[in-house]
Amino acid sequence: MDDFLNASVIIANFILIPGLAYGSQLALGALGVTLVFSVLRFSNIAHGETMAAGAMFTLLFTWWFKSMSISIEPFPTAILALPFATVLAACLCLITDVSIYRYYRKVKAEPAIYIIVSVGVMFVYSGFIRFLIGPNDRQMSDGQRFLFKAREFKNLTGLNEGLAIKTSQVISISSAFVAVGVLFWFLKHTRTGKSMRAFSDNEDLALLSGINPERVVLVCWIITAILATLAGSLYGLDKSFRPFVFMQLLLPIFAAAIVGGFGNPVGAIVGGFIIAFSELFVTFAYKRVLTYILPESLAPNSLTQFLSTDYKIAVSFVILVLVLLIKPKGIFSQENS
Amino acid sequence: MKKFTMALVVSLFSSGAVADDVKLGIIFGFTGPIESLTPPMAAAAEMAMKEVTDSGSFLNGSAVTAVRADSTCIDAGAATTAAERLISAEGISAIVGADCSGVTIAVLQNTAMAKGMVMISPSATSPALSDMEDNGLFFRTAPSDAREGYVVAEMLMEKGYKSVALTYTNNDYGKGLADAIQSSFKSMNGSITIVTAHEEGKGDYSAEVGALAQAGGDLLVVAGYLDQGGKMIIQGSLDAGSFDTFFLPGGMIGDSLPAAIGSDLDGSFGVVAGTDSPGATMMAELVGAELGPFVGESYDAAALIMLAMQAANSTSSADFSKKVMDVANAPGEKIYPGELGKAMKILASGGDIDYVGASAVELIGSGESAGNYREILVSGAKNTTVGYR
Repeated sequence: MDDFLNASVIIANFILIPGLAYGSQLALGALGVTLVFSVLRFSNIAHGETMAAGAMFTLLFTWWFKSMSISIEPFPTAILALPFATVLAACLCLITDVSIYRYYRKVKAEPAIYIIVSVGVMFVYSGFIRFLIGPNDRQMSDGQRFLFKAREFKNLTGLNEGLAIKTSQVISISSAFVAVGVLFWFLKHTRTGKSMRAFSDNEDLALLSGINPERVVLVCWIITAILATLAGSLYGLDKSFRPFVFMQLLLPIFAAAIVGGFGNPVGAIVGGFIIAFSELFVTFAYKRVLTYILPESLAPNSLTQFLSTDYKIAVSFVILVLVLLIKPKGIFSQENS
Repeated sequence: MKKFTMALVVSLFSSGAVADDVKLGIIFGFTGPIESLTPPMAAAAEMAMKEVTDSGSFLNGSAVTAVRADSTCIDAGAATTAAERLISAEGISAIVGADCSGVTIAVLQNTAMAKGMVMISPSATSPALSDMEDNGLFFRTAPSDAREGYVVAEMLMEKGYKSVALTYTNNDYGKGLADAIQSSFKSMNGSITIVTAHEEGKGDYSAEVGALAQAGGDLLVVAGYLDQGGKMIIQGSLDAGSFDTFFLPGGMIGDSLPAAIGSDLDGSFGVVAGTDSPGATMMAELVGAELGPFVGESYDAAALIMLAMQAANSTSSADFSKKVMDVANAPGEKIYPGELGKAMKILASGGDIDYVGASAVELIGSGESAGNYREILVSGAKNTTVGYR
């Protein structure tokens, strides 16, 4: 029994918890991308930088609060800064929309043009971020870093293997679930949410039934900004804030959105977790897990790793290619969409 | 055309007038990926030549002049042509260079060996050059990358770590260093539980941390960069409770790492290129600025050539190539930067010298710098120097 527990603790410590935390960060990011895609009908390449900008605002507010010695121990100060940062991020998105995207909506630009425009916006954002805060790596988390540490867990349970849970991981997972819940409630049960879904399903019909398109666009950007700030800040809390990394995050985020089916919110969330876990499961060395659960004669000598971590990045893209080959509209697509 | 002819006549005339001139070729990448590094390197080599000329005691008062040529750092063809030109058209007696490992190998194999010309490179660090056939003509004042691997393995063994995990940043530097650590450590009967690469700037390192943790080991060697993946892996391993102690090679030594991770890093140790020899400080005073990369090594490369010539009393490569190791190593009087004139006098009177120079030169093996390394111990969330080797 102890052996089985030890094996499960290893899986929980090295796969389950990090995967859930990274997966929720990706899911929040993919949700933002998918929302812009379904309402505004373009792939927002600038979303990674929107996340970075949101995280930057959170960091700036965190510093400001710290300088006034406001804190909410044992939670990180960043949580307190989040609402304020969201407001700034929403302003940024709306300014961008009014000054740039609105024109392309008016001339009914091709999706390809939109993508190029958003690439341009991405570069402007990343320049803006580096101008304001610089390219360096910065620590966002403060307060209590761990819920419990690996050593404490070992002493408490008497098991050989330790389990560490970071405050940032718990916050990531729980706030992702809350945010997703609120978003679905909003889309399903409020008038604005319903009009957004209508607009996304059929623009012309929505316009005919008297839905104000500018209002839908406005709400869409505000929700996107909230999701991006949340995703960026949670990522920054869990790891650290480094502007360059957010551009790299764009790839797994888009992979997650596409795997789940572009434009499908449930798909985006599931896609986020698929991408996060596939990397971990395939490159994990199962030697110690197997040593615990198998009889001694069958215990492996090698590391029993399917793939070296060198191929980690390839894993999510193999999944992406497979999904595009077998079910091009994503695993959550309905036939009629 | 007229001007060109005149220039040609003048140059022919002038080179005829000072027959005792010794010419040394400087083949560095004045264009290409390291073009920002090479001007101060070449200036340092020329400074050594001027110092020797000014002393008036080099080969009965001969002057040494430099002829520069462009190695491009990456284009082997261009570097070989440049070396050909220096040897056949300019009549140089030896080569200071080349700089990057690839072009250095090309010049050595295609030109220097064919013409029997001594080459001393200040900056080629590829391990491949250690065992390469060179007819005793090639030397370098930079250590081989393999040397750091050996030093790392030696330190691990001395501290009693027999089983370690290893992760490296996925580029030439990381891979080369990881290979060197692995082969040295295994030859000392150490065991490496896993060798895994990590990419820089990725969003998440849980997979690497997980694989390393499962392989286990007494310590984790992180051959990466302190501000990027290396830091994330150390942080992740500490958070998951899989490793407590880390070995930090050169790329991981810097103030920002212990500052970011804090007291959890205490007890980890590492190594970085560095010397406590007074030569480096003296060289910086001579240059009047902080020394850039390979500047001291360039001065030393030029100095070694001229000292060997003086010791052999000949500018022919066949004669003085045998003297390079003698002047570079003990026994003899220690020679620091700015003391080349003194060294020339000692050698002229039949004495012995041990050239230390700016980079604490000690040639080992087939004629490469042993390299000098600073041992680092992290304590009180700060890097502290605990010794040199």
